[in-house]
Amino acid sequence: MREAAVVAEPNPLQRIPGVAIVLVLLIALFSAIAPGFLSVANLSNVLVQSTILTMLALPMTLIIMTEGLDLSMGAVLTLTSLCVAIVSLATKSMLLGLGAGLLVGAAFGVANGWLVAILGIPPFVATLGTLGMAQGLSLIVSDGQSVVGIPHSVRDIYSATLLGIPVPIVMALVTYAAFHGLLYHTRFGTYIFALGGNREALRYAGLSPNRLLIAVYAIGGAMAGIAGLLMTARMNSGHPTAGLGLEFDAIAAVAVGGTSFERGNGWLLGTLLGVVSVGVLRNGLNLISLPSSVQVASVGVLVIVALFLDGLRSRA
Amino acid sequence: MTDITKEVIAPPRSFLSQDAIQVFYRLLAALLICAVLAVLSDSFLSLGNILNVLRQASLTFFIASGLTLVVLTAGLDLSVGANVALSACIAGTVIHKTGSPALGILTGLACGGIVGLLNGIMVTALRIPSFIATYGMLWVLNGLTYWYMAGETLHGFPAGFRQIGSGYLFGLPIPVYLLLVFLGIGTLFAQRTIWGQEIYAIGANPVAARLSGIPVARRLLLVYAVSGTMAGLASIIFLSRLNSAEADIGESLTLPAIAAVLIGGTSLFGGVGTVFGTFIGALILTLVLNGMNLLSVSANWQPLVTGIIVILAVWLDMKTRRRAQ
Repeated sequence: MREAAVVAEPNPLQRIPGVAIVLVLLIALFSAIAPGFLSVANLSNVLVQSTILTMLALPMTLIIMTEGLDLSMGAVLTLTSLCVAIVSLATKSMLLGLGAGLLVGAAFGVANGWLVAILGIPPFVATLGTLGMAQGLSLIVSDGQSVVGIPHSVRDIYSATLLGIPVPIVMALVTYAAFHGLLYHTRFGTYIFALGGNREALRYAGLSPNRLLIAVYAIGGAMAGIAGLLMTARMNSGHPTAGLGLEFDAIAAVAVGGTSFERGNGWLLGTLLGVVSVGVLRNGLNLISLPSSVQVASVGVLVIVALFLDGLRSRA
Repeated sequence: MTDITKEVIAPPRSFLSQDAIQVFYRLLAALLICAVLAVLSDSFLSLGNILNVLRQASLTFFIASGLTLVVLTAGLDLSVGANVALSACIAGTVIHKTGSPALGILTGLACGGIVGLLNGIMVTALRIPSFIATYGMLWVLNGLTYWYMAGETLHGFPAGFRQIGSGYLFGLPIPVYLLLVFLGIGTLFAQRTIWGQEIYAIGANPVAARLSGIPVARRLLLVYAVSGTMAGLASIIFLSRLNSAEADIGESLTLPAIAAVLIGGTSLFGGVGTVFGTFIGALILTLVLNGMNLLSVSANWQPLVTGIIVILAVWLDMKTRRRAQ
């Protein structure tokens, strides 16, 4: 099994150019035209702001590797962020808030997986449906209002440091390490490669592809729960539209990072670089005073270009 | 293996027998909902409310009818809502600047059509899967619209222009006449023209369609362009009905349009469905949302219910197709 994992791991040398070139070009561009971009304060700001996206993009990589997609992630993140806010407000406990967020996120993840694996509904429509459901629930639980006055213990997560490193970055790095270990060094990771590449083989090996798929989507939902905690901490409140559209940045990061939408192979480090690329793009455009609408549009263009190149590679 | 047999068995067009039965079931469902609502709410059967339902359903139908053609080719257009918003804002600006509604209408339709064409190019020439290409387009359009409007609201259009969305003719709202016209054109186009039949064939089996000489790429371009143009038309109706345009008007339009298509019996896997079914789908969805409104359920519940309906519709479609085999 270990050998299969090694074989399945893509040759990074083939990939590094794509996403690394994008990142270097973006950094060079904004160093030249955006005043203050290349300062330590700004760059660490980029990294801290990328942490929530990291939490979504890593599981999104796994989901896309199974030839799936999760359009509901942003809406589920919004809902879990509200759950964290509401529960921590009621109980004064950050941990209970996180627990609630995790539970709700994982429930949505399991529901997504169930719709995709058991009912066989195409992932983009199944998760579009749950997107609507999560968005609706967010409006219902919050009554369309912000949830304010949450305990300091939640807010402090975003601003605290551990050995001089901001806690969100520590969380993102731990998450990355966990996903790296999971994908490249466990059987489960090998199975994920097989889910995208060769589902029949899993069945012949006596495994249940359906259960594995549900697990992959459940991981995505649970991560949206943890990201919900960070979102609430960052905004010091829960807001019914806080995370809408974040799944798009996550998909962008995965696409730019070189994970293929058609061949079932993923590259987590590429996704991480993709996350930073999206973060740099947004931050740089922000520094040259372009509104967030232009940032959204440029991320859209980035995705389309990345997918076009991915299509070219898969045909080559 | 299963995929191949499925494609051979599934007839590309079966609108006389199976589709007719499917549409009949859906009409029955719509009537049932009407009966339930008539019992539950006193105001449901009032003329004002019924006209309101029809007008609302026609707005959903305009977007959903173009989308139906896309779904018939086994594609999806997630950008329709954002397209409506951009087209409405651009058409509104043109009317304000030139004072000519005709010019504004043309610009709105053209804007929608160009966006649709770009979607088609991404799907055919760049070979990006349609749901992800149009999802990217959604955010590009969203960004463009917000940037273009910069938080402004366009307000106040000529009275003649406002008649399109809010006027009446012989007691019926004008959008309802437009609905009948486009329902007729759409049905004729899909069922009675060669291009329409080719669209069914592409959805049922793209490889067979290509091998039998259908210009698949050109038909797909047409389908996405039509979907975009219908979004452009919807934007004109919206603009004239709301008498204002804002960057965020499209955000709650895509999911209901997809829901209408799927409730109407058009299969996500392509090749099966009718424009008339989509009309019934739009009607059913509007009835449900209208009923919730009448029973004073908060509008916050609408996305949740629409999401559940989308999933239920796909699931039912898959179940009936499995049984048909």
